[in-house]
Amino acid sequence: MSAFLAALGDYAFLQTALFAGLLASIGCGVVGTFVVVKRITFMAGGIAHSVLGGMGVALYFGLDPFAGALLAAILSALLIGSVRLVWKTQEDTMIGALWAIGMAIGVLFIAKTPGYTSDLMSFLFGNILLVPTRELWLMAGLDLVLVATIALFYRQFLAITFDEELARLRGVPVAFFYLLLLCLVAVTVVLLIQVVGLILVIALLTLPAAIAGHYVYSLSAMMLIATVLGGLFTSLGLAISFGPDLPAGPTMILLAGGVYVLSALFSRFMARRRATRRTLAA
Amino acid sequence: MLIGFVPEIFSNDACAILRAMNQPVIEVEDLSFSYADALVLERVSLVIEAGEFVGLVGPNAGGKSTLLKLILGLLEPQAGRIRVLGQSPRQAVRHIGYVPQHPSFPRDFPISVEQVVLMGRLGIGPLLGGYRKRDRVSAARALEEVEALELARRPIGTLSGGQLQRVLLARALVGEPRILILDEPTANIDQRAEGDVFDLLADLNQRLTILLVSHDIAFISAYVGRVACLNRTLNCHPTQAVDEHIIQHLYGGHVRQVAHGHKL
Repeated sequence: MSAFLAALGDYAFLQTALFAGLLASIGCGVVGTFVVVKRITFMAGGIAHSVLGGMGVALYFGLDPFAGALLAAILSALLIGSVRLVWKTQEDTMIGALWAIGMAIGVLFIAKTPGYTSDLMSFLFGNILLVPTRELWLMAGLDLVLVATIALFYRQFLAITFDEELARLRGVPVAFFYLLLLCLVAVTVVLLIQVVGLILVIALLTLPAAIAGHYVYSLSAMMLIATVLGGLFTSLGLAISFGPDLPAGPTMILLAGGVYVLSALFSRFMARRRATRRTLAA
Repeated sequence: MLIGFVPEIFSNDACAILRAMNQPVIEVEDLSFSYADALVLERVSLVIEAGEFVGLVGPNAGGKSTLLKLILGLLEPQAGRIRVLGQSPRQAVRHIGYVPQHPSFPRDFPISVEQVVLMGRLGIGPLLGGYRKRDRVSAARALEEVEALELARRPIGTLSGGQLQRVLLARALVGEPRILILDEPTANIDQRAEGDVFDLLADLNQRLTILLVSHDIAFISAYVGRVACLNRTLNCHPTQAVDEHIIQHLYGGHVRQVAHGHKL
């Protein structure tokens, strides 16, 4: 740990990595909370994996894979959202199909891209140490878009998440805000892919918010705690992985996953204890 | 001169208001509705005047909830016409407070009672930003009216069935509706709480038109002014006329055999 802190002062790439982790946790806290309470983890997974299609196509044509990822994520969010709004039946099969189609497109294009095949691993599992400094600005910009959109339409997002029927009766355009929420999920996924790659992105998107959900009873408190937890997991994961030279992404995820399991067990234990006490008191 | 002047004013806004006052609150005319494989409503007509307390009864799958959804604008009729406050259901829906049969949200959602009630204020005030002070004042007043103000800070998941019903009623009232529509509001609560809810509705009826769906025809007839019986087709009865005949007609087999003296 002290070796990490010393190195942090010396190496700019470590500072960049630390900032990238912190910027990603803002998205994971704010949007992850909606993903958890609206129970759309599977949709978020579909969006995350089909992003590989956009990255592959961008690489093949020599464009910025980050831009390709963003475009593919938004497109996939709108597709998956429309499936849910229009189709209704068998939406999980449809999402599974889009999930796989996106990945297959990505793998094909990457395979046909001359010289670049080694990038596949860093797309899938992320490499926070390779985030270029200029991309921090892009990440900060995306965070700003996320936070501003949710702050401006907080009531509407809360309503469509909590009770779609009531939202519709109160004149909220439910389909619009639903698709907008999925687009925000798409943006967040792209943010997080920088840090942990698209396979592990779901864990970082949902685990901090799920842990927060064990202890608080309001969405805003959940967002705040999830953001702080996200920051802790990415920073600590980076620090722990540095000494023994482990891949940073999986270290962060194991940290988050371990805390989640312990927290789930602990909150269950506490609930039982409260129930027992209440019985004994009566 | 002056006398000639007055009707001219009246011919504009005031007349529209006068007309609106005499206009039925809910007008359903020759309404038919089918789902893909079943005709649920057949040529249903129903007129509800301002200040009425109407009970809508009928067997399961008799079309009660479907009729409510049509009045709320959540479904579109295939034939016939619905006017609510002289407007289409979609236009008028913000003047309706609605209490659903089953809460359409997960009980473990991390949200306080106050936040749930505040949602009834959506569509009032500016589009952007959070709730204003006025919204919070209205939410507190609505919770007070249903005698649930002390629940404001509780997580929604910790409420009993009766408490939740009061909170949902407060959510319906907070938007200052002119019509209150309730779908089986007492299905999930015990009988004493049921009586409390109906006493509350009787009070609210002083200022609101109420349409209430119930399966319990005997219980509601003590409170409502008129009973509408729906089993694909609809018949209306003044409360005192609800007798065994009608109940048999509604739930029994020989639907078309029983003659009714009164029909709306």
